[in-house]
Amino acid sequence: MSFLDVKDLKIHFPTDDGLVRAVDGLTFSVERGRTLGIVGESGSGKSVTSLGILGLHKGGRARISGEILLDGQDLVAMSAEQVRGLRGKRMAMIFQDPLSAMHPYYTVGHQIVEAYRIHNDVSKQVARKHAVDLLGRVGIPEPGRRVDSYPHEFSGGMRQRAMIAMALSCDPELLIADEPTTALDVTVQAQILDLMRDLQREFNSALIIITHDLGVVAELSDDILVMYAGKCVEYGDAEDIFYRPEHPYTWGLLGSMPRLDREPTERLLPIKGSPPSLINVPPGCAFHPRCPYAERTEGRASTEVPDLAPTERGHLVRCHMPRTERRALWENEIKPVLETQ
Amino acid sequence: MSENEPLLSVHDMEKHFPVTAGLFKRQVGAVKAVDGVSFEVFKGETLGLVGESGCGKSTTGRLVTRLLEPTGGKVVFEGRDITHLSQGKLRPLRRDMQMIFQDPYSSLNPRHTVGAIVGAPFRIQGIKTENGIKKAVQDILELVGLNPEHYNRYPHEFSGGQRQRIGIARTLALKPKLIIADEPVSALDVSIQAQVVNLLEDLQNELDLTYVVIAHDLSVVRHISDRVAVMYLGKIVEIADRKSLYAAPMHPYTNALLSAVPVPDPKARRDRERIRLTGDVPSPLNPPPACRFHTRCWKAQEICKTVEPPLEELSGGHRVACHFPENAPVAAAAPDDAAQA
Repeated sequence: MSFLDVKDLKIHFPTDDGLVRAVDGLTFSVERGRTLGIVGESGSGKSVTSLGILGLHKGGRARISGEILLDGQDLVAMSAEQVRGLRGKRMAMIFQDPLSAMHPYYTVGHQIVEAYRIHNDVSKQVARKHAVDLLGRVGIPEPGRRVDSYPHEFSGGMRQRAMIAMALSCDPELLIADEPTTALDVTVQAQILDLMRDLQREFNSALIIITHDLGVVAELSDDILVMYAGKCVEYGDAEDIFYRPEHPYTWGLLGSMPRLDREPTERLLPIKGSPPSLINVPPGCAFHPRCPYAERTEGRASTEVPDLAPTERGHLVRCHMPRTERRALWENEIKPVLETQ
Repeated sequence: MSENEPLLSVHDMEKHFPVTAGLFKRQVGAVKAVDGVSFEVFKGETLGLVGESGCGKSTTGRLVTRLLEPTGGKVVFEGRDITHLSQGKLRPLRRDMQMIFQDPYSSLNPRHTVGAIVGAPFRIQGIKTENGIKKAVQDILELVGLNPEHYNRYPHEFSGGQRQRIGIARTLALKPKLIIADEPVSALDVSIQAQVVNLLEDLQNELDLTYVVIAHDLSVVRHISDRVAVMYLGKIVEIADRKSLYAAPMHPYTNALLSAVPVPDPKARRDRERIRLTGDVPSPLNPPPACRFHTRCWKAQEICKTVEPPLEELSGGHRVACHFPENAPVAAAAPDDAAQA
């Protein structure tokens, strides 16, 4: 059994306009010391998944079913109080926008100390020393002085470092980073990605990184899960997803991105249309209205939901097209176009 | 292209925002958002303007379109000095110079229909159209890939990508000569981003447009630009045609920017040699003296702290402001043994 096992997770929100199926049957697992990247566009359910794992939908109006097993304990079945005892200690989160995730009235040090003392019975002095250590470890200069600064006195990159320090304060075994670098400039993003990679190695925690940026995913992830309309459409290790992708949506994502590591193309190859509303997910394969190969499935695309089926060891694809056809399409049509780029 | 007169030329343009304090609003300093920027834009080309947040790229866009008035220097559009024109005299010029904004959610009035939004330029400029404004608006909607029947819909009924198309339609209404696009795709999902980038390119070919594209995403800029200018703290540090800028960047900052971009190739991440900048961009309120990049530059020497490097042409059309440029032709001999940390 893996350290984190998510089985058939469904998170639905009843609204006046209908049921929002934000996460609809998601299964994955992460081991200690491994990094899972979850990619998808806005509204694909990736952030709802992360909040669900942390139990932050509890007490809300969300309907949650399935299992989230953290080291064997089912978080879905636990009470909000019990999950609270784990949050911060065994699992922690790094949010996208550190300015709104930190309290503007308290010093950075105070906020780290608070998180640490909730789970550890230590004096304020000990906790403060721990906070200074952590700030130094995430690369904040003069941590002894900066521990008494307020979040607004930090720059964007430093704030994100402070957030990481806070998340790490109790040595969590599971760390979820939701778009950790989206709000940052590219030179600072590179610093933060390096830091996360080093810290993960040091702490040997399980890391889930959620992003829309395939470049960031490629930098950090061991395994990648591609989400579309609340479902996983493709799952595999980083090399499967980048060198042997089999889902037309993954192809579309790869074709949409201008790349610096290839010669520039004349044109990008976008996916037509736009992502569906989660209230009105298209029947059958949710991607079929945008899929250029939908007619190859003899009408099944719009009536049957395809299974997430293994194509080879550990590589799962949710598509009606037979495996041989997908492979042939990738090798003969998609890959040559992407690579001449 | 370059033997023509430039459509737009900017000489030593400055914008200093005053910082005031005290009861009498005494000026105590200035934010030097743009501090002596010169460039030309020729008809039919796309100039990309890249840099990190706070480098003055958006302010440059606003100065050129005269949404802001420069505090120094000169802006010449079609041979006419427009630096200090009054609002009244500027109005007829707005027809020829338009702007596309970043956020398609806040740049469209939520209480106006698409027809009213896209038709407004005709009404404001008092332009008569052959078959009425409605027909003209519907033609433009069709041109940017929207359904002309959506004339009476409101912005909230559209997705992000469609809204950006509405913004583009409004920009195109009066067939401008120059379009300044400030982060036109950064608020959009990857698959939609590619659609809008392709649309901008098609429109340029069809309508013979000239673009200045302001963006922080180096790969998007490379994809759409003919020439690229890199800005750092209110100054242009390097300007060149796309090919030589990306293949042989001369300024250390450009090198660092390019090497910081995450590449969607999991194997490449291991072999890639990287330049890691430390720290953040200094404040434009108090920029470092002489070369503004010397505080973060690994090649900085004494001279960089005392003498400001001029923006000099080192090879055909490739201008760079650095005492120790990389990839420089032999004549500009500088020891090129940068220890890349």
